[in-house]
Amino acid sequence: MNINFTLIAQAIAFAVLIWFTVKFVWPPLLKAIETRQKEIADGLAAAQEGRSALEVAAKKSDATLNEAKQKASEIIGQAEKRAAQIIDEAKGNAKAEGERIIAGAKAEIDQEVNRAKEGLRAQVSTLAVAGAEKILRKEIDAKAHSEMLSKLAAEL
Amino acid sequence: MTTEHTQQAEHALTPSSYIQHHLGFNAQSVGDTSFWTLHVDTLAMSVILGLVVMGLVWLVARGATSGVPSKGQAFVELVFGFIDDQVKNIFHGDRHKFIAPTALTVFLWVFAMNAMDFLPVDIFAKGIHALGFEHWRAVPTSDINTTFALALAVWFLMIFFSIKAKGLGGWIHELFCAPFGSAKFFKPKSFLGFVGLVLSPLLFVANFAFNLIEYVSKPLSHSLRLFGNMYAGEVIFLLLGLWAATGVTGAIAGAILGAGWSIFHILIVALQAFIFMMLTVVYLAMAHESH
Repeated sequence: MNINFTLIAQAIAFAVLIWFTVKFVWPPLLKAIETRQKEIADGLAAAQEGRSALEVAAKKSDATLNEAKQKASEIIGQAEKRAAQIIDEAKGNAKAEGERIIAGAKAEIDQEVNRAKEGLRAQVSTLAVAGAEKILRKEIDAKAHSEMLSKLAAEL
Repeated sequence: MTTEHTQQAEHALTPSSYIQHHLGFNAQSVGDTSFWTLHVDTLAMSVILGLVVMGLVWLVARGATSGVPSKGQAFVELVFGFIDDQVKNIFHGDRHKFIAPTALTVFLWVFAMNAMDFLPVDIFAKGIHALGFEHWRAVPTSDINTTFALALAVWFLMIFFSIKAKGLGGWIHELFCAPFGSAKFFKPKSFLGFVGLVLSPLLFVANFAFNLIEYVSKPLSHSLRLFGNMYAGEVIFLLLGLWAATGVTGAIAGAILGAGWSIFHILIVALQAFIFMMLTVVYLAMAHESH
């Protein structure tokens, strides 16, 4: 237990070591650790932010999807309606056209019938005259009857 | 703790002279009186250890990155975090300016100095003899000068921070008026109040006596606790070495017990370094608090 000059020397060594640590050892370590802590905290905050942003985006996309679906079904409904309308229109048109064609055909047929009737009528008189001529040639003397025929012709 | 009994036998040494021989300092006189003696071994060992330990930490700190740390940096940061947590719990000021780095220095340096106790005493002594030294103490903290130097340095820092935090007047006021308080000097209204006023200077005496005891006991307990533990550890290693010198049975028993004591001593070395560091922090933190 002899206290001597060693005590002073050791105290100086201690002071120098403390100074060295305060000046050169502690600050860089503290800086490195605090920077890392800050980076980790920032990273966690960014991750949290990203998560909430993802949630918002998912909600938005859901809403957009629903809207698109609604619009699509609306468009399909409209298209169906329009198609039905077109079909109805076409049906009407076709019916009118058919009726028109039928009416035309009927008119033509009537015309033909009339024309045939006319033709027949003409032919009937000729045939009647020819038949009468044949009969008359056999029984009638042309002279005897020429007066009557002339009379008839005069009446015509 | 291994046997050196052949050499001891040659010198015909008794057990007490063996121990005395091992506990002798490499003392060099640097002046006229006995105070002017320098323990070269203590100083050299502590300075070398301080340079090695703090130098290694400095090397790591210099290249410290805030990114992914290397294994060395991770270890240093582990120690850093441990010390920083302890200081944070005790001291509530700006610890990074002085107290925490001081705690780191104290812990690592004292730990390294204590750890010299693990050097096998006789093998180490042989090496020292080969270098031409008669005496060489390996453990600087088993020299009262080292522990007392550290404790006294802390003691002066304590007074310095106390005055810095409270002012010289505040510090002197606290010397006389804390912890028991002081009497208020109003006009006494009753006889008992008058007696109290007359007796109140006794409070100053009591406060001052209390503070004086505290200021004397702090560095003493601080330094002697570490010194006692390390000195006792060293003596037990020497006693085991002595036993090993008695023969085969003693050598085996000494080796087994020596190994056991070494393992237990790991705890003491770390614990005493930790206690010394904690007391340093507590004393310095207390200096910042006013009563």
